[in-house]
Amino acid sequence: MIDLEHVLVVGALLFSIGLFVAVSRRNAVGVLMGIELMLNSVNLNLVGFARFVESPRPIDGQVFTVFVITVAAAEAAVALALAVAIYRYRQSIDVDRLNLLKW
Amino acid sequence: MSLPIAAWYDFDPFRELHDWLRDHTADEVVYVVAAVIGAAGILTFVGLGALVNVWLERRIIGRIQVRRGPNRVGPFGVLQPVADAIKLIQKEVLQPRVSDSKLFNLPPILVFIPAMLTFAVFAWAPDLVYADLNVGVLYLLALSSITSLAIFVAGWSSNNKYALLGAMRVIAMAISYEVPMVLTLLTPVLFAGTMSISGIVDFQRHYDVWLAFLLPVPVLVYAVAATAELNRTPADIAEAESEIVAGYHTEYSGMKFGLFYAVELINSLAVSGIMASLFFGGYSLYGLDEYIPPWMIFIAKIYFFYLGLIWLRGTLPRLRIDQLMAFAWKMLIPLALINIAIVSVEVLLWRELELDDAVLGAYVAVNAVLGAALVVAFFRMLTRSYYRLPTRVRLVHDVSVPSLPAPGSAIGP
Amino acid sequence: MDEPAVIVAFWVLAVLTLGSALMVAVVRDLIHAVLFLILSFVGVAGLYITLSADFVAVVQVLIYAGAVSVLMLFAILLTPRSARDNAPVPYSAPLSALAGLIGAVIIFVAVQTDWAKAGDDGRFQTTASEIGRALLNPYVLPFEVASVLLVIAMVGAIVLVRPASEEEGA
Repeated sequence: MIDLEHVLVVGALLFSIGLFVAVSRRNAVGVLMGIELMLNSVNLNLVGFARFVESPRPIDGQVFTVFVITVAAAEAAVALALAVAIYRYRQSIDVDRLNLLKW
Repeated sequence: MSLPIAAWYDFDPFRELHDWLRDHTADEVVYVVAAVIGAAGILTFVGLGALVNVWLERRIIGRIQVRRGPNRVGPFGVLQPVADAIKLIQKEVLQPRVSDSKLFNLPPILVFIPAMLTFAVFAWAPDLVYADLNVGVLYLLALSSITSLAIFVAGWSSNNKYALLGAMRVIAMAISYEVPMVLTLLTPVLFAGTMSISGIVDFQRHYDVWLAFLLPVPVLVYAVAATAELNRTPADIAEAESEIVAGYHTEYSGMKFGLFYAVELINSLAVSGIMASLFFGGYSLYGLDEYIPPWMIFIAKIYFFYLGLIWLRGTLPRLRIDQLMAFAWKMLIPLALINIAIVSVEVLLWRELELDDAVLGAYVAVNAVLGAALVVAFFRMLTRSYYRLPTRVRLVHDVSVPSLPAPGSAIGP
Repeated sequence: MDEPAVIVAFWVLAVLTLGSALMVAVVRDLIHAVLFLILSFVGVAGLYITLSADFVAVVQVLIYAGAVSVLMLFAILLTPRSARDNAPVPYSAPLSALAGLIGAVIIFVAVQTDWAKAGDDGRFQTTASEIGRALLNPYVLPFEVASVLLVIAMVGAIVLVRPASEEEGA
């Protein structure tokens, strides 16, 4: 028997792994990978809610998931373009060395 | 109604087996048995298909190129694929020492998975679908995008610049040609109102019209895009021998290369199957499916389109990568977009105004004219610079010829 | 959701997803990390299927495994002289503790909350047509905004990666 709590626990574990990856990577692409993992865990929760929670229109969770996937695709495109542009400028996409805005 | 001549195929052992199992065992057993039999059937078709295709392809291309093709092993060389397989298995399997050893052995297996999974959603006969997915068309698209990832792994793990170049070419092409492919596969979905393959085939049976007649432009666009995704000869820039050795499978030898080769042939069959079931009526043949077993019709259609692919391969020269890219973005995508607008207006009129089904006949005529006009207009537009070239010899007035050095004078310092 | 096969599939896929997500954090090679990320995405797609969300599952494979990860691979290959390794920042131990803490809090809340659960008939429902109807009736405005967002993102990405020399020459 799969229950809502099981889905939420898997989602929470995935979220914390994604969070760890996002805050601990030095490479900008690695940070983006963590963010994508976190978005995936949120999507998993939304689909779980759509499946198990009482609501007048249960499909809404899945519609939300589709929107999140759309926005994530746009975000990935822009973020990776930023990474490539920064690389052209600094020859590095190490987020610790991107300190141009410091004085 | 069935003719006596049809009796020879009219065995249905699975029906009896199914009834017996249903009466005597639990539902799960029926499900598992059905799954195993279906998988065995698909694997048999695909495995035999890969063997037959090697022979067909080499013989027919031989004919096209006015030579004989393999004709030594067995009658007409039919045992050549077996000989090839034995040779490939015997060959030494090399692995570059600098390759990424953890990843190097994965891709020959990985590329097989999507190729096999494609066959799961085909409707072989009215009730003969392995997995009648409600999102069948999207599923096919998702599988085709997985294949290019496996090929990237092959190119990357070889640690060879030609392999990586080939892999990047595959990915670039897959991304470019996926857009027109999605846009064209949307049009049968619009007409049929379902994404399941068997639903689309049922639509074509019910209205007695193949979607190819309703959608002439998508058929053409899909044929081009599919050929490009297959990396077959008009578009085989991924393994262009004269440019990048052998592309992503440069470093693969022996049976690992053999698997890549087999997957290429299986994917050709899969694309032919998609073409046959989405645009050419699947297992239906205007009432002839009463007399001939539907799965035979479907396989015949698959091989019909496969022969078309062989013909293309034997006839056309290879295109350059920039030409292929430009063709996708400048020609196919606008064409597919305009066509989607036309088709959605037609479907909207038909469904919302509840027009008579005879309007489909009118759509056939309208779409043929519109499609021809669109294709001609796009070709004129894209080849405008060629039309501007002078067609006749023209005299040019003053051509300044640099004065030649006098004979005998020293050249250089 | 009572069928044993579905339950087994759910937990196997959950372990696959979490394991490959963990490998993303562990492996040293960035390309390997992306490949594990793809495996994780595919695992999530499988989880969607066990939760009877077939459309979302296929979209997940198509967009995440097919498009986003390819973008990442391109980005890694286009930044060759930058660190190819997937090294963590120096203070990764406290960060992992922080992430674990946040995960623990979320799990605690998820288990403690009394969710208003619907009666689950346990049947697999197809969702594609329902999602389509929802997108074009109550959510038509977000749908259109999302398409505008995609166009903006595309134009923005092209402008960002355009070679600088072209602008100087113009």
